[in-house]
Amino acid sequence: MIGIRGLSKRFGKKVVLDGLDLTVPKGKNTVVIGGSGTGKSVLIKCVVGLLRSEGGEILIDGEDLTKMDERELVRVRRKFGMLFQGSALFDSLDVGDNVAFALRRLKLYPERQIRDVVEEKLSMVGLRDIQRLMPAELSGGMKKRVGLARAIASEPDIMLYDEPTTGLDPIMADVINDLIISLRESLGVTSITITHDMASAYKIADFIAMLYKGKIVEVGTPAEIRGSANPVVRQFVEGRAQGPITAENEEFLRFVRRSGGAEGKEEGR
Amino acid sequence: MAETTPRNGFSRAAERLGERVYVMVQDLGAIFTLFLQFLSWVARPPSEIRNIIKQMEEVGVRSLPVVLVTATFTGMVLALQSYSGFQRFQATSFVGSVVALSITRELGPVFAGLMVSGRVGAAMAAELGTMKVTEQIDALITLATNPVKYLVVPRVVAATLVLPVLVVFADLVGILGGYFVSVYLLGSNPYVYVAKTYQYLEFKDIYTGLIKASVFGMLIALISCHHGFVAAGGAEGVGRATTRAVVASSMMVLISDYFMTSFMF
Repeated sequence: MIGIRGLSKRFGKKVVLDGLDLTVPKGKNTVVIGGSGTGKSVLIKCVVGLLRSEGGEILIDGEDLTKMDERELVRVRRKFGMLFQGSALFDSLDVGDNVAFALRRLKLYPERQIRDVVEEKLSMVGLRDIQRLMPAELSGGMKKRVGLARAIASEPDIMLYDEPTTGLDPIMADVINDLIISLRESLGVTSITITHDMASAYKIADFIAMLYKGKIVEVGTPAEIRGSANPVVRQFVEGRAQGPITAENEEFLRFVRRSGGAEGKEEGR
Repeated sequence: MAETTPRNGFSRAAERLGERVYVMVQDLGAIFTLFLQFLSWVARPPSEIRNIIKQMEEVGVRSLPVVLVTATFTGMVLALQSYSGFQRFQATSFVGSVVALSITRELGPVFAGLMVSGRVGAAMAAELGTMKVTEQIDALITLATNPVKYLVVPRVVAATLVLPVLVVFADLVGILGGYFVSVYLLGSNPYVYVAKTYQYLEFKDIYTGLIKASVFGMLIALISCHHGFVAAGGAEGVGRATTRAVVASSMMVLISDYFMTSFMF
């Protein structure tokens, strides 16, 4: 189980997470939804210790990750597998070496078994006989699946998916959705997925949490979220341009234009 | 209006200068921290020997042609210039000594350092910068691998070991270049030239040059890795990191060269 209490993170003066609370039940997939630039990626990067938070706690099986030093973090990170938005395959290594990366670093298998283990992991994501290909030779969907195979290779207890369906065609997106569901069912992993793809969220989620202004404003099952009375959640899941989220945004834009500052450069994520 | 403009211009310039200095000091601190991290990881298992060899090939073998060409022409031009100078007081027999001493003590290491800054520094910063902006560095961390250990250690070790080897070759071809120009173009006596080359050349001239080269290698790799690691903002950011790495490491080669020379004179 993952318990996040009062998590805060800021970059300079910009507060991204503002006392965020979220409980992620064991063996379930919790999907965090929210607009671009609301700090979804920051949230999961804090959970895996890639970013250090300024306040609050992150409990992983009862251990507080925010209090750990680098050495302890390395140990706890072994419980995690992460699928990155752009797959983040190492482009100097071929597919086989990418998937085998953690297996070799952690010496989980003797070298002569590695190829077979890698082939097995690749078959779990529906790929075969591509170990010798370089990442540059793969399509976006294949990269995602190789990234997934690499993430599950060391058999993590917790999976983090950073926008798993972004940039894929609808069919490939659904293939990834099915993979995420089957991993949860076959390996029993706890997972956090962040996405703004509502079709994917409804399909893979056990619970959906809406991130807005640095806080989780609502958590519920997909059915509960679909019928939510919260106007912010309603606007987002229904994908409407008019509503409380954009109203504030427009006020901000007007303010920027008035003060003449063209520095409204948005943070990447 | 006319009164305030120059003051504004001046304070803005001062502000920009201050900002530059601030960033520079910050960079130096970060590079030193990276050096400390390098020290703490370099001896820890597992050894990165395969990566080190791969980097040695990249830094050494691939840079050899450009270093050889640079050193040959440096030796050649040095022979021409010192000949024209020494001719004025009939001391042309010393051309061999001047070429040998200048190349081994100074020009061999410095030009090799500058060439490697351009070639290898740019490549390292671009590769690590791309890894940074495409989240490959984050991926390394989630795969139980420390990026300093996996990326910085092999590069710094390889550059530190390989640069002196490059400089040995640079010294050799530099001196040979000077010899050919003197003997075949300027008509010096080959026996006198060789004798003068040996006469004043001490072992110290060669090994201080090689120590310098080692330090250059380490600085170039550390600086370039640092600029790669802090790259942000997509392709443009990687481009910026690459430029900064090349400029900073070339400057550091020249600056550290002065101080090392003054210590090891």
